[in-house]
Parts: sequence; C-alpha cells; structure tokens
Amino acid sequence: MFEIKNLKASLEDEDKQILKGLDLKVGAGEVHAIMGPNGSGKSTMSYVVSGKGGYVVDEGEVLLDGVDLLEMEPDERAAAGLFLAFQYPVEIPGVGNMTFLRTAVNSQRKARGEEELNAAQFLKLVREKAKSLKIDADMLKRPVNVGFSGGEKKRNEILQMAMLEPKMCILDETDSGLDVDAMKLVAEGVNVLRDGKRSFLVITHYQRLLDHIKPDVVHIMADGKIIKSGGPELALEVENHGYAGLLGEVA
Amino acid sequence: MGELQHENATEALLTRHGAPRPASDWAENARRAARARMLALGAAGRRDEYWRYTNPAVLNAPEAPEAEILQLDEAPVFDGFDKLLITFVDGVYQPDLSDDLSGEGLEVSLLDEALDMDIHWAGELFGVLEAKGQHPVPRPFAALNTALAGQGVVIRATGKVSRPVALRYCRSELRSDVLIHHVIRVEAGAELTILENGAGAARLNTCMEVDVAEGGSFHHLRAQGRDHARLANTHIFARLGAESHFKSFTLTVNGALTRNEVVIDINGDNTKASVAGASLGDGDFLHDDTIFITHDAQGCESRQVFKKVLKNGATGVFQGKILVQPDAQKTDGYQISQALLMDDDSNFLAKPELEIYADDVACSHGSTCGAVDENALFYLMSRGVPRSEAQNMMIIAFLDEAIQEIENQAMADDIRSRLIGWAERHSA
Repeated sequence: MFEIKNLKASLEDEDKQILKGLDLKVGAGEVHAIMGPNGSGKSTMSYVVSGKGGYVVDEGEVLLDGVDLLEMEPDERAAAGLFLAFQYPVEIPGVGNMTFLRTAVNSQRKARGEEELNAAQFLKLVREKAKSLKIDADMLKRPVNVGFSGGEKKRNEILQMAMLEPKMCILDETDSGLDVDAMKLVAEGVNVLRDGKRSFLVITHYQRLLDHIKPDVVHIMADGKIIKSGGPELALEVENHGYAGLLGEVA
Repeated sequence: MGELQHENATEALLTRHGAPRPASDWAENARRAARARMLALGAAGRRDEYWRYTNPAVLNAPEAPEAEILQLDEAPVFDGFDKLLITFVDGVYQPDLSDDLSGEGLEVSLLDEALDMDIHWAGELFGVLEAKGQHPVPRPFAALNTALAGQGVVIRATGKVSRPVALRYCRSELRSDVLIHHVIRVEAGAELTILENGAGAARLNTCMEVDVAEGGSFHHLRAQGRDHARLANTHIFARLGAESHFKSFTLTVNGALTRNEVVIDINGDNTKASVAGASLGDGDFLHDDTIFITHDAQGCESRQVFKKVLKNGATGVFQGKILVQPDAQKTDGYQISQALLMDDDSNFLAKPELEIYADDVACSHGSTCGAVDENALFYLMSRGVPRSEAQNMMIIAFLDEAIQEIENQAMADDIRSRLIGWAERHSA
C-alpha cells in the first residue's frame, strides 16, 4: 500500500546525505511507529516523502498504491492520499482556518475529479469533526494556527486529517509539547480514523503515545536507515533501555 | 540643472495645462498665490530629498505619455453600493453620467461654479490647506494643481450623510493630462464617505483638501484603476479637529507611476486618523506613498498601514513621517510599511521617519520586505492547495492588515475580491 524503497536523500545546500537507503512498507489499515535517536533522519523522511523543498532525492522510490510520489508536487501528493501532520504546524497570519480547510478539501476533490463541497456541506462536515476534537467555532475562525497553543495546533492538524480523509497519514512527533490530556484527545482523534483501510506512520520519541495509538509494527531508525523492526515490545525496550543496546547490536 | 533652466521648467509646467475658467476675486487670488508658491518651490527634481526614489521626470514632461485605456472585464469597484455618483471623463464633469448633485445633509457643487461664488467656508480652505502642507516638505505638483485646476467638486457635509459620494474618473483620450481639485468640509458631528474610482487620465494630478470639524467623521476609499501605462500624482491635505475621525484607504493595481501624497494635520484633541494602502504591481510599476502626519494636539491616534506586492521588476516606495509637536502628549502613532517581493528583480525603498518633541508618547514603526514564506507555502501545498493558489492566499493574507483599516466591511470585501482577481490574473 505505502512503500519506501531504498530511499537516499541529501540536503540541497550541503553535500550531506541524511537518508541512506531507507526501506519501509506499511500495509493497508496498519499502524507503524518509527522511533530513533535525534538526528537519525525521521523528520527528514517525512519531509522528503511529502515533497518539501531543500532536499535532493539521490535514489529510491516512494509508492502509494503503486504510484511513485517523488515526481509529484506536494499538493499532488496530498490529492493522491498522503497526509503529514507537522511536528511544528505553521502559523499563517491573514488566512482564516476555515478558508484554508475549505480550499484544501475542495482543491483535493477537484484534483481527483470529484465534485467540490458547497459552503453548507462543508460547514456541516467541519462542525461535526471539530466537535469531537474539542475545536470551537472561534478556533475555526482565527487565522491558521495563529495564537493557538501547542495542543490546539496539534488538534488542528488532526482536524485537517479528518477533513481530508487521506489514505496514508504520517504523524511527525504529534505528541511533542502535549500534556497527557491533550495527547489522549489527539490519540482518540487518530483512532477514530482507523477504519481498517487507512494506514498510519507514527514518528515518536516516547512509548507513551503508543499506549494510546497501538502500533502493529515498530521500527527503529538510525543514521538514515531502519535498523530493526518488531512488535510493540520494541518500543518498550527503547523506553526502558534507550537506543544504546539496539545501536550496539547493529554495529 | 542650472537655476535658469530650473525656472524655465517651472514656467513650462504652469503653461502646459491652459488656464481654467476665470473665477471670482478670492479664488483668482488663491490661484495667483499658488502660482507664486509654485515658482518659489520650483519643479520637483531628483535632488529633492522626497523625490530621490521616484523620478519626477515623467510628471514634469511637457506631455502626458500615451496610456492604453483598459477595457474592464468586471464591474467597477464600489459598483454595488448605493451612492451619489459624479463622473468625470478625461477630467471633465459629465452631467449625463452623474446623479443629481444633492443629498440629505450634503451641499455639493462643481469647483468652477463654487470658485465663482462667494462661499465663505470654501474660501477658507481652497489652496489654504495645500499651502500649509508645503512645509516642511515641498509639493510643487499640488501648488500647480491649485493654480490651474478648473474641475472638481466642493462638498460640505452638515449631517450624517448615509450615501457615499462616489467620484468616478473615466478615460476616453489616450494622452489626457488632467488636474482635479476637490474641497471638502465636514461640519461638527457630520459624517461623510467619499469614494474615488478610476485611472482618470494618462497623467492625473489630484488634490483634495479636507477639513474635518470637531467630532466629524470622514471616510475615503479609493481605487486607482487598472490602466498599465498611466501616471498619477495625488494629494490629500487634511486638517482634523478635536474628536474627529479620518480614514483613507487606497487600492492601487498597475500603473507605470503612482505617487500618493497624504498630509494630515491633527489639530484637536482625541482625534483618530488612519491612512492605509494596498498596492500590487507586475513589471513596469512604481508606486510611491509619501505620508506626513503632524500631531499637534493631545491624546490622538494615527495609523499608517501600507502593503505592497511587487513582481517582475516592480518598485515600491514608502516615505512616511510622524511628527509629534511638543504639546502633543499621549500621542499614539503607528506606522507599518511592508513589501512582499515575488522575485529578485523587484524593489522596495522605504524611509520611515519619526520626529518626536513630546515626552509622553507611544510611537511604533516597522518596515519589512521579503519573499513569500516557503514554510507556509509548503504547509498549504501539503494539504492539497496548488502552488499558484497557495501563493495567492499568501498574497491576500499579507495585504489584509491594510484592508482591515477599511471601516465598511462590505466595501472591504469588494476590495478583497479585486485583490484576488489581480492575484489570479498575475499568477506565474
């Protein structure tokens, strides 16, 4: 369903390779987690997959339902069904959250040849989804992420995910900066979207998030590659003993 | 330029427009005084401090350039609003394209008629506010305007005027060279909205003298047409009494050269003034906002909010000054000028100035220029918004602080829709 094959990528401005042959396969409906020490390339992976500028793909493929995403613009990747929940959601003063959401939803529908939602249809949908994430009308009216607390920003990411209904969701440290209650709320938002077909790749430093979003597979990433994969117990091992042992095993 | 040459250039300006219809003595005296002022000031030159960024050569040239007349593919700005419409074509009033010149709480007459009558209040304003606005910064094209303009309106608001007065400036000639002069008095407690729309001429020089009495309220909204090659040098001279409100907003899209000068004297306590503008240029475009606000009373607030979107070699200029006189305590002054540069070929030249002689004031100013935020662009695109649309969203968002200065929300939305139209037409 979603597959990264031997992905090698470097920073555009420096001659420095960050991803060094990354392989990963997430089946339909599965939840995978990626853990790894700082600087192992987790966020870079999420940016390269979603098409952020500043990186050069040296080798490899990223396939979503057999279609290579790497040749596409970021908006085309989104329309193909990819979603990245940002570690640091961007503030955009002057752009209303609602306007942004509606433009995004309808751009994707248009790109896929589907009928666009009218104002009433959209409003009904967004109210329904926002309610379960405890996002009030005021947050919807405000400019995108401007003046939002850390928790509000992350909930707003999940709202976008719920509205856009992607096939493949990458969550980049969605738990960072969240208190326990906020994390539960976000995790519930994600769990609601688990429908047996939609796939998730959860990047995190902490096992705690995985108590709430239960993964099928846990990968350990180091130095631009997956060095070990296993069940949820792998996350517990990291939590209890850190990465030293795992890194040692590979070396 | 030698002194003699300079004098000749000034003389040449004073003869190029032809004489206006003769008026009564007081008006002719005012015109003669303006002519003398013009000769004393001399023509604007590159060496003048406030013309360093904008070359006045095309404004000084004997003839206006040929400027193609744009056929609009949309309804004129402010078309959908109830208004008292006054139309000028190539700077000449058109009775058949204008409404009856009357309204509740309103006295309207044409400039040439008013100058031929003995209207006491107009005599105290015509050329008077302009003359006062010549110091410390000379504005020779404004003196030229007073000396020679024969067209325009003279408006007195005596109550709350609910219908805006809309001045529409149309064009029929390719090289029209036009002077328009308006004199406006808003009486104590009265309210007036003036709308201006259209390019008006190949080379347009307007001068609006506005006197707002105690507790009066004046709103001004302007859209300067979309003709690409036209030149414009506009002036607003305002004098504000105690507890009055003044708001002026200008939308400028296209135009080879636009220089908008606004001079405001705040004379009464607890007054609020706002001058704002959004300008968008692609290619052969120079837009200059030259603003001078003097605080000469206590507890007053002034705002200058100017935003420019520039691409393909367009140039933006901002020269904004806040002068706070010694007695103007508790002044709250705000000034922001920002440019969004869509490429490396475009330029923004800004000269923000604060001159403060009172010790208990809050004045803030900022000026920035930069490219579209790539992180924000990526964020929008990662949600499925195509690049050009995402870029347009960023442009509109950038301009919105200036649009928010507009009092009337429906009119602000009309302006917003024009911005979107421009952004879409000029998407890369």
